[in-house]
Amino acid sequence: MKIAVCAKYVPDASTSVRIDPQTKRLDRSGEGALNPFDVNAVEEALRLKETGGEAAAEVVIVSVGPERALEAMRKALAMGADRVVLISDDGAVGSDLVATSRILAAALSREEPDLVLFGQQASDSDGAILWAAVAERLERPLISQVAELTHEEGKVRGKRQTEYGYDVIEAPLPAVVAVSDAINEPRYPSLKGIMGAKKKPQETVSLSELGLEAGEVGEAGSRTEVYALGEPPARGDTQKIEDDGSAAEKILAFLQERKAL
Amino acid sequence: MKALVFLEDHEGKLQKDSLGVLSKAAKLGGEVEGVLLGSEIEGLAAGAGRYGAGRVHVMDDVLLARPLPQPRVDAIETLVRERGFDTVLFAASVLSADLAAGLAARLDAGLNWDLTDIVVEDGKLVGKRPALGDSVYVDVGWSSEPRLALIRSGTFEPEAGADAGDAEVERFESRLRDFSLEATMVEQAHEESEGPSIEDADVIVAGGRGLGSPENFALIEELAKALGGAVAATRAVVDAGWYPYAAQVGQTGKTVSPKLYIACGISGAIQHKVGMQSSALIVAINKDPNAPIFEYADLGVVGDLHEIVPKLTELVRQRRAA
Repeated sequence: MKIAVCAKYVPDASTSVRIDPQTKRLDRSGEGALNPFDVNAVEEALRLKETGGEAAAEVVIVSVGPERALEAMRKALAMGADRVVLISDDGAVGSDLVATSRILAAALSREEPDLVLFGQQASDSDGAILWAAVAERLERPLISQVAELTHEEGKVRGKRQTEYGYDVIEAPLPAVVAVSDAINEPRYPSLKGIMGAKKKPQETVSLSELGLEAGEVGEAGSRTEVYALGEPPARGDTQKIEDDGSAAEKILAFLQERKAL
Repeated sequence: MKALVFLEDHEGKLQKDSLGVLSKAAKLGGEVEGVLLGSEIEGLAAGAGRYGAGRVHVMDDVLLARPLPQPRVDAIETLVRERGFDTVLFAASVLSADLAAGLAARLDAGLNWDLTDIVVEDGKLVGKRPALGDSVYVDVGWSSEPRLALIRSGTFEPEAGADAGDAEVERFESRLRDFSLEATMVEQAHEESEGPSIEDADVIVAGGRGLGSPENFALIEELAKALGGAVAATRAVVDAGWYPYAAQVGQTGKTVSPKLYIACGISGAIQHKVGMQSSALIVAINKDPNAPIFEYADLGVVGDLHEIVPKLTELVRQRRAA
């Protein structure tokens, strides 16, 4: 079985993130990392590969981002993924949902995986819908929000949570599945894995190599715009204290003061 | 504007959030119609008229019986193309998010998501979208039609018009594509009504991943008991099997607004926030000083909940006994 994991290069969580007032886009000049929610998808792909017992099984990471995203994607290789395909092209900058899904679908069509996995959301944009646009473009069945995934005889079955409890959806392969971050506890890369990651195949692909024209993606191929940035509505007073051993007393005093007891 | 609002149904009722979006769309002006998709649901359609739909398009087909997004993309595509809607609005849900994104790709249309308001400014439709943990508000728009939008859950209340009558109900048919029918739902979720309801509680103590293990929910239960409140949980710990789904607060759980909400070991991601942000008083205990919950907690405590919660329980008990 060939599994493709779509992974995003996001600003590192420990850095402070801002939106550039000029471009009105997320400022991506700082340190970057593999989107933490995508790590669950990588882990699930590796588990499927390991339990499947097929010698030819393969896990390939597919990402769209700047050249330096390759370094962040090496974390997935260190965990055990086999190779990375990074679509890196100035023409892709500024792509919104419809444009990004077009790029990913083109790259995935070239790979022809049996299963495409997504993580629960992007940690930078909170986006949690791209998979549905990609499934549509690939004309494949979709299961999202999956908290338990099983694979047998050419089909996958996902248990997922909705507003009403849990339901179970089944789909024949090839399929697109988005996993929840509760699906597994991702492994840490081993030292051997980290050492070996650099030597694994890492391919950078341009838009033209995927047969995409400049006008189809990037800003020209996008259908949404950002007009302005503003301050959020005032939240009222919030206070934050560090526990110095007396936090419980302080909470009690606060509750009494606000007449919440 | 000629707007179409997706009306989501569950167990014989139209969802409150989609009626809220319908009410909002009606206030923006122009023609507003609804679309209802399912099996044996036609009877629900006319009632949307009270919330501002002049007409409701219904596709009643056994192939739409289960709440799956892909055949609904086919149906709404047909409607948008045949009737020339320039705007399609969705109240965000597990179903509608996938439906809206699939439709965006099908129609090559712009989709703005997680909107907390939608307005007309200088004749142009503008969406308001919080970003970066709600620390920035972004005005977003569309460069072509149709314009697609997902509205954050709980944003708009349904408002029934005093003199509004039934909507005109019009049936339509659509071809459903083969691949749209490949995913099948083999078990469908039902709301479980066991256990105490958290929706009516005045005090809620909620636990998240920061508890470290399911056994530590005992700390939460003790504090809730001392305060005479109910216990709630985040999606992460419910999905991990630490606590029952009936206690879940957030986007895919319950929406609560108690007088006091104490969040323990909860980072406060947006999925959780939408379920509890209207609580009168929010106290958060988390060891990560950068946790988003501190941005909207009235009192945020950076510290170890395993130390603080038992002490607080004891203090509350002493005070109650006094």
